[in-house]
Amino acid sequence: MAVCVAVIAKENYPLYIRSIPTENELKFHYMVHTSLDVVDEKISAMGKALVDQRELYLGLLYPTEDYKVYGYVTNSKVKFVMVVDSSNTALRDNEIRSMFRKLHNSYTDVMCNPFYNPGDHIQSSRAFDSMVTSMMIQVC
Amino acid sequence: MADPALFEFLHTEMVAELWAHHSDPGPGVSAGPRGEEARAAAGKKMSLCVLEGMGFRVGQALGERLPQETLAFREELDILKFLCKDLWVAVFQKQMDSLRTNHQGTYVLQDNSFPLLIRMASGLQYLEEAPKFLAFTCGLLRGALCILGIKSLVTASVASLPTCKFQVVIQKT
Repeated sequence: MAVCVAVIAKENYPLYIRSIPTENELKFHYMVHTSLDVVDEKISAMGKALVDQRELYLGLLYPTEDYKVYGYVTNSKVKFVMVVDSSNTALRDNEIRSMFRKLHNSYTDVMCNPFYNPGDHIQSSRAFDSMVTSMMIQVC
Repeated sequence: MADPALFEFLHTEMVAELWAHHSDPGPGVSAGPRGEEARAAAGKKMSLCVLEGMGFRVGQALGERLPQETLAFREELDILKFLCKDLWVAVFQKQMDSLRTNHQGTYVLQDNSFPLLIRMASGLQYLEEAPKFLAFTCGLLRGALCILGIKSLVTASVASLPTCKFQVVIQKT
């Protein structure tokens, strides 16, 4: 289960960012911000690779002592960053991939909403919010 | 998926509706006989802009949804090929007939039997009416390119129905 989910636009500003322990939010915002550098590195490395490995899923970006950060970039250069708790060792790569796929599907739905202008903050989409809530950890 | 005829009918009505209002673009244009022509020309431009704008937003949504399962695009040519194959098939149920480039940022996409024109005529009849039926599609291409990271200018030209050419010029910033 994710602890923080962020959607970053092509121009590197956040379209949507939400973290579960609502105190200490700034720490997660900062983590997402620093992970953007790693994302950019991976994207440029992908561009130079001659192998046909142009996947959208970027994998583990960097681990810290408490958390692990995963990344995913779409064809429209919109980045999804997810922070998960390190203590949750049962979380496998496949599960992270499926979470990103769900995020991508919901983001595409938001994009197709005629009331949404591309580039705005994603704030009025209840479907997107409920999908993100279902992915986040159940902290009482 | 859905019947292609549905989109064709909707598109025809869109063009007819927007064109019908073009004789009244609003204040700011001079009155008098010369003013009449200026008003008509301004109105025509406005309708084309509105159609192109609609196509742009649809192109943005399609550009997000269609490449969802494909791998990341490696270069500009990959994106143009995606437009000619996947996007064209999704919207018009056929692929683009030819793609040419001068390798310096200009691409010419040619469709020899464009579905939105094929019902009108075959040859030179209605040549003056054809451009307004291409405005939406120009916007579609520009929107899809924009969301995939390419700023461009798309124009269309018709030599004889139903063959039409879309010229994409990449804007280098």
